[in-house]
Amino acid sequence: MAEKFRFLDHTADAKFQAYGSTLEEAYANAALATVSLMWEPAGVEKKSDREVEVHGRDLEQLLVRYLGEIIYLFETQSFLVSAVERLSIEQRDCGFLLRAVLRGDDRPERYAFHGEVKAVTYNEMRIDLGCPVTLQVVVDI
Amino acid sequence: MELQRKTDFIWEIPKQGEMKVPATIYASSRLLESVRNDLTLQQARNVACLPGIQRMSYVMPDAHQGYGFPIGGVAAFDMAEGIISPGGVGYDINCGVRLLRTDFAEQDIAARRKELLAEIFKEVPAGVGKGGITRLSRNVLKEILTKGAEWAAEHGYGTPEDLLMTEESGRMEDADPAFVSDRALERGIPQLGTLGAGNHFLEIQKVSHIYDRDLAAVFGISGVGQVMVMIHCGSRGLGHQVASDYIDLMENKLGTKGLPDRELIHAPIRSPLGQQYYKSMCAAVNYAFANRQLIAHWVRDVFAKVMGSAKGMRQVYDVCHNVAKIEKHTIAGKTREVCIHRKGATRSFGPGRREIPEAYRAKGQPVIIPGSMGTASYLLVGTAEAEELSFSSTAHGAGRIMSRHEALRRFRGEQIRDELQKKGIELQSTSWKGVAEEASAAYKDVDEVVRVSHEVGIGRLVARVVPVGVMKG
Repeated sequence: MAEKFRFLDHTADAKFQAYGSTLEEAYANAALATVSLMWEPAGVEKKSDREVEVHGRDLEQLLVRYLGEIIYLFETQSFLVSAVERLSIEQRDCGFLLRAVLRGDDRPERYAFHGEVKAVTYNEMRIDLGCPVTLQVVVDI
Repeated sequence: MELQRKTDFIWEIPKQGEMKVPATIYASSRLLESVRNDLTLQQARNVACLPGIQRMSYVMPDAHQGYGFPIGGVAAFDMAEGIISPGGVGYDINCGVRLLRTDFAEQDIAARRKELLAEIFKEVPAGVGKGGITRLSRNVLKEILTKGAEWAAEHGYGTPEDLLMTEESGRMEDADPAFVSDRALERGIPQLGTLGAGNHFLEIQKVSHIYDRDLAAVFGISGVGQVMVMIHCGSRGLGHQVASDYIDLMENKLGTKGLPDRELIHAPIRSPLGQQYYKSMCAAVNYAFANRQLIAHWVRDVFAKVMGSAKGMRQVYDVCHNVAKIEKHTIAGKTREVCIHRKGATRSFGPGRREIPEAYRAKGQPVIIPGSMGTASYLLVGTAEAEELSFSSTAHGAGRIMSRHEALRRFRGEQIRDELQKKGIELQSTSWKGVAEEASAAYKDVDEVVRVSHEVGIGRLVARVVPVGVMKG
């Protein structure tokens, strides 16, 4: 199986690259990279779903808002993402619209945490539409 | 990048290209090495290009690469032509430190140290996903955003003296929760009164060295071995959301064209959007003041329960590390208001400033600089020279030099706990991985950072404290 994401060295925070054979797959893997800083996504039961819909004026803002949505769902609804399904990205309203179904669990007491992602940043962000599609993100932890 | 040596501790990037002012870096040659290894200097240069910047783009001794502005960056902007930038404050708005003194000596708590720490660990919610005191209503949260630590004191979590001994008296008057998004409010509701994770900590400490006996006495420190408590945390998810929201709003309104770095996005300070960010940033600052006020209150409760008394547990001071403020400074001989950004920097007002509590005013403002987990922390005092040197600012901590990833490769949390225990330091944490990431070897030498601050004269040494009990989120 192709590598989904990889962490790179960053002095103060966490920098990762997420990969995919399509833009959609890379965005899905970026979510897994982000939550892997807080919990082990594969270990979280797929008990409930959250539908997300995010708009961004460009792909960078779309990525920041979409990953921000995952932090928001965790902090306000204690929802832990395990997997991302049916992710689509289309051009809409002079920008991009992302829709996805997040699968996971809202019973945080069942899981162990090992870190906290505070915010998604634009720092050193790179979106490379080559093959594989590569998204580079630095998150504030 | 061209860097001119001015003295052993002062370096300058001369004005060039788009820079409106030069940049000054306060560092020893050892600290400068790590600064040169990341984007700090480039970021300091970018800040020097921003509209309305006054005198200099400053870099504090503990600086490292940030978002937009470097961490350890200080810049003041003209009120008419200048700007305000969420990236110049940082995501963790009013991340800061509170220091409490006690009447206890090291030997008084020796037998109960473990119990004290265990009880604090029980009372103060910490770590990832841990909720705060109560489910707050939206209206109560808005009141907290307006009143800050004052709300906490009014509700029995602290005293009027605590407020006096807090920067801004624990309340920024310009706060307006009307400009804080629903999303930020939602993130704030479950997290009030929580320490959080990452580099945030709570320590029981003892005084290990006093540099200035008279000043230490003014700040409530009487001798080596005196027990202190330090609380390091910020505005949690609410502050991060305010930062993200306004970076978004400013991008959508003003665009990102010509910006070398998207987090350098800014709005004119007098513009509606600039004012909205400023007022909601002030609200997040107040949330953080209330947060530290609640935690300090619970720590006192634990001391009262375990030691039989919390008498004498007065607050030395509480400082902001990530903030933008409207302050009066003297520029080219004229005193005027500017919008000063301190991102990973501490205000260090010298004697006489009216913002300093009366009890300290003749001496200068206490400056609290936490070290990394398990190492020394420092109490300094602001100086008159700092006005001219750094718009009254100094360092805020140790500053990372090693990535968390690398720290995880090199250290194990349990091994760090054992090593600390050998040194007589108890450790409690919700995550061993978190402990490994915060290993002191991943940070700059805080001793070197405060030495530079002292030698340059932007903050002078008063006392050194070392931990005896560490609680990490």
